[in-house]
Amino acid sequence: MNRLATQLPGLSLKNPIMPASGCFGFGKEYAKLYDLSKLGAIMIKATTPETRLGNPTPRVAETPAGMLNAIGLQNPGLTKVMENELTWLEQYEVPIIANVAGYTTDDYVTVAEAISKAPNVHALELNISCPNVKQGGITFGTDPLIAEELTKAVKAVSSVPVYVKLSPNVTDIGEIAKAVEAGGADGITMINTLLGMRLDTITGRPVIANVTGGLSGPAIKPVALRMIYDVAKRVSIPIIGMGGITTIDDVIDFLSVGASAVAVGTANFVDPFVCPMLIEQLPAKLDELGFETVNDLVGRSHRL
Amino acid sequence: MIRQEQMEVVHQRSIATNIFELTLTGPLVLDMKQPGQFVHLRVSDQMEPLLRRPISISTINKETLEFTMIYRADGRGTALLSEKKQGDQVDVLGPLGNGFPIDKIEAGQKALLVGGGIGVPPLYELSKRLVEKGVQPIHVLGFQSESVVFYEKQFIELGDTHIVTADGSYGSAGFVTNVLETLQDDFAVYYSCGPTPMLAALEKMYPEKEGYLSFEQRMGCGIGACFACVCDTTEKIDADYVKVCSDGPVFPSGVVQV
Ligand SMILES: Cc1cc2nc3c(=O)[nH]c(=O)nc-3n(C[C@H](O)[C@H](O)[C@H](O)COP(=O)(O)OP(=O)(O)OC[C@H]3O[C@@H](n4cnc5c(N)ncnc54)[C@H](O)[C@@H]3O)c2cc1C
Ligand SMILES: Cc1cc2nc3c(=O)[nH]c(=O)nc-3n(C[C@H](O)[C@H](O)[C@H](O)COP(=O)(O)O)c2cc1C
Ligand code: FES
Repeated sequence: MNRLATQLPGLSLKNPIMPASGCFGFGKEYAKLYDLSKLGAIMIKATTPETRLGNPTPRVAETPAGMLNAIGLQNPGLTKVMENELTWLEQYEVPIIANVAGYTTDDYVTVAEAISKAPNVHALELNISCPNVKQGGITFGTDPLIAEELTKAVKAVSSVPVYVKLSPNVTDIGEIAKAVEAGGADGITMINTLLGMRLDTITGRPVIANVTGGLSGPAIKPVALRMIYDVAKRVSIPIIGMGGITTIDDVIDFLSVGASAVAVGTANFVDPFVCPMLIEQLPAKLDELGFETVNDLVGRSHRL
Repeated sequence: MIRQEQMEVVHQRSIATNIFELTLTGPLVLDMKQPGQFVHLRVSDQMEPLLRRPISISTINKETLEFTMIYRADGRGTALLSEKKQGDQVDVLGPLGNGFPIDKIEAGQKALLVGGGIGVPPLYELSKRLVEKGVQPIHVLGFQSESVVFYEKQFIELGDTHIVTADGSYGSAGFVTNVLETLQDDFAVYYSCGPTPMLAALEKMYPEKEGYLSFEQRMGCGIGACFACVCDTTEKIDADYVKVCSDGPVFPSGVVQV
């Protein structure tokens, strides 16, 4: 028996660890460093109907134990992603979770319908939480009704299960989670970045050209844990958790509050080998804590 | 091949005000190909400062498995780096990016090398390679003031060297362009690394010449995955954008919109 195996809608994961969207491109760069088949899954960069060039630079800024980014969903567009990136990824034995983004409901529907037909795309991740674009993105993720409607629209066209990626930039994240569950979501991924700012103290100017950016990295872990803990109580669909995961203890904490699997974002920039390292460390950690399988650990904080 | 390696500090010394020369050793050096490539360094094993720092490779010695960087201790990360002592380990990701091509110029020809401030270091390995090839380098190196001038002697040993300081405290006064105006343009290729306005001025000055320019951008991953470091391109090329970390940092003149 594989102690690390995790079954989720559409996803038969050999282990519960995967790179988070936007922090791993479409895998090509990391494939030069290690075998991508080691990963539980890969969440690819947000894909929009057309090519998107993103925001002006500087797009990133370092902050205490974290970073801000305002990439602006830059990506080659649906056709190129399907033809160049997804077909290339087929050589690896790893399920792909396609991150879907857009300005309008139609954009989401267009991308979801097409990309869900790619043979290696086993699930979609609806990005209704990108804080770095003027239209679309987060506006879909902060209003429960709009979130529910969008989920429904995408569910109607998708050939694979649909996960919705929640924004932490809301007052009651549980309410949004319930709304997307009602809309038919098969799962939830959370959290996206927290809106933030950094200034050049001497001039008073924002460091990021977009003025604001999304905060990620170890600094946001407490927020992510709290939100997953909340959402796990309120919905019955599974959660893929993320937000600051860097060490094996972080992985354990996310599983404990109710995530069934986890994604690693910013930590890939610090240590490009972090995902395979965590996968390797997980069995020993389970032993140390006295758990047979990953599944036994999921949600244990709620049972205490 | 890109590797992540714990490399050992061979020595570190201050060579000008806040300017440090740091030599590391390890097998990763064997993978370094071109002058102008860079490494992405972790300056601490703590979560603060979190991100790696991109620093150019300044000298490569494959026999001793050593390479040298020259950097300005500016903010928190480089200040921490400057505290590393002989025997300490540094986490290095590299070699990264594409450097200056030396196959674009023939023995007997002249090359113009223009550096500004902390853009000077990668030109040192470049100049050495060019000299080995029989190319004659002309160095024009700009600094803020006398206190931050470095490697003048090393560059003089390789060829004609002009130092210029913005405040006139050393060499000639002004910008590198002031010196360039007084030089003959009988060089075959120009190479440059420094602030973007300087690179822009060079492109304008030598529209007909073949040139290679090294750019800087804020980075996340350093390997081409995060889209942090993109630059807009000119109409001359097909791509809408380039990534400094993996397509560059060195680009032929006319590719990046300056
Ligand atoms: C390809 C490349 C090669 C470089 N080579 C050299 C070199 O040989 N010598 C040298 O002194 N400097 C070099 N730099 C600049 C060097 O990366 C920055 O000076 C350094 O990152 C500053 O870090 P800090 O901790 O001192 O500053 P902080 O202000 O604390 O840095 C905060 C964040 O901003 C980033 N940052 C700050 N300034 C720059 C900058 N100018 N370029 C890119 N990122 C920056 C840092 O990496 C960090 O993520 C190079 C930059 C690039 C992109
Ligand atoms: C540079 C960068 C780009 C990102 N791009 C996307 C994206 O395209 N789509 C998305 O849903 N999330 C994106 N994210 C958010 C991450 O997937 C993740 O939710 C967030 O960073 C929190 O995890 P972390 O702290 O491990 O990075 C991006 C994050 C970063 C740092
Ligand atoms: S720094 Fe990530 S793409 Fe260049």
